[in-house]
Amino acid sequence: MSDEKKSPVQKLLSTEVKVVNVGLEGFVKDLKHCNIGVVHVDWSPPAGGDPAMAALLAKLGV
Amino acid sequence: MKLIEDANKEAVKRILEGEPRLIDILPAREVLKGLKEKMILHAGPPITWDRMCGPMRGAVAGAIVFEGWAPDLKAAEQLAASGGVEFHPNHHFGAVGPMTGMTTVSMPLFVVENAKFKNRTYCAINEGLGKVMRFGGNDESVLNRLRWLRDVFGPQLAKAIRALGSIDLKSITARGLSMGDELHQRNLACSSVFLREVAPTMARVVEDKEQLAECLAFIAKNDQFFLNLAMPMGKAMTDPAKGIKGSTVVTAMCRNGTDFGIRVSGTGDQWFTAPVEMPEGLYFPGYSEKDANPDMGDSAIVETIGLGGFAMAAAPAVAGFVGAGAPSAAANFTRSMSEIAVGQNPEWTIAAMDFAGVPTGIDVRLVVETGIVPLINTGIAHKEPGVGQVGAGVVKAPMGCFTQAVRAIAKELGVS
Repeated sequence: MSDEKKSPVQKLLSTEVKVVNVGLEGFVKDLKHCNIGVVHVDWSPPAGGDPAMAALLAKLGV
Repeated sequence: MKLIEDANKEAVKRILEGEPRLIDILPAREVLKGLKEKMILHAGPPITWDRMCGPMRGAVAGAIVFEGWAPDLKAAEQLAASGGVEFHPNHHFGAVGPMTGMTTVSMPLFVVENAKFKNRTYCAINEGLGKVMRFGGNDESVLNRLRWLRDVFGPQLAKAIRALGSIDLKSITARGLSMGDELHQRNLACSSVFLREVAPTMARVVEDKEQLAECLAFIAKNDQFFLNLAMPMGKAMTDPAKGIKGSTVVTAMCRNGTDFGIRVSGTGDQWFTAPVEMPEGLYFPGYSEKDANPDMGDSAIVETIGLGGFAMAAAPAVAGFVGAGAPSAAANFTRSMSEIAVGQNPEWTIAAMDFAGVPTGIDVRLVVETGIVPLINTGIAHKEPGVGQVGAGVVKAPMGCFTQAVRAIAKELGVS
């Protein structure tokens, strides 16, 4: 199949993969182990994923 | 919420406007209002004898013998266990103390005055390294050093301080940050600058040359000497920020080896406590984490004003010493702490971060929202009394203190 006929997903998977990992850092090590370029973004859900606390913080201006 | 934003701006403004100066050294009984015989002040939030950790109990026993309230350590422990002494936090008396933080009537205390707000704070003199009471040491060598501090060093250094009028602690801190100190686990530069400021005057006012040499050598040999000045400096700067309605800025962090406690401006003197965590770090040869005591000391007051773990970028050597990673990783600590701080201190800058100011004014809302807790550089004590320091590391403030504080502020403001 020529490159022109490939879908965006097929194009992505047939070229070099570069990854942005968000959240759990454990995945970064596995990707690096496979020599895949990866940038980690340190992120976690607001208020540790507690909806009641997140709502309270929103009322307090965060 | 505008009320909170304005309150926090005011809290940080007051912290930054502080002008902490060392003005004297005096016995605790002369400066701590309400301090009496058979009363022991300790680090951290309130705690009773039955919940105290090993080093805290060891220090208490030593302090009792030092004051002459019991003839030996065994009798001292019996006195403490039977309710024969009263325990109170240093913070309740305007004081702070590192590690076990023992303060009793005859101990000489640094007197720090915030010239801007006229409030005063107090801290005992740093004993040096090795076997010391702040790590739970209580043998005769420990007590003899305390007697020398009380009878010789304290009065002689006090003469020099009085002759100088006062010593500006904020300016020494600024210089120390540019010389590789973060003022919790590294105070080498600040201690050296302090010695440079007092040595000529001490030479003039101390008549006994042998005592003069001993006093100067004591400061020169103790890389952590300035810690016990950085701590009352921190309290002198944060106390004026207490009690601002709606403010979510932390005004004190401390630990007693069992609990970690914080105070927040908008809730005044109320403590929010949670079980203290174990430091993660490096151990001296022959020791491991099996020997370690949970974290303790009022010294986290320095992180409360943007020093210690918050200023790690200024002290890459400390990152290695406390096992926090390569020196190149030190800046990440400071960047991370910036995420939970209201502002920066323009007078305390870090050259390695293009002269960014240290992160100042921990906002409990930001801690809970981001999940990033304050990181504290700390010494690690042996869990058995009398052994002393076995390592150094980093400890995380427990999230529970901050979630409680957020709920309390919300209740105070009628938000649910």
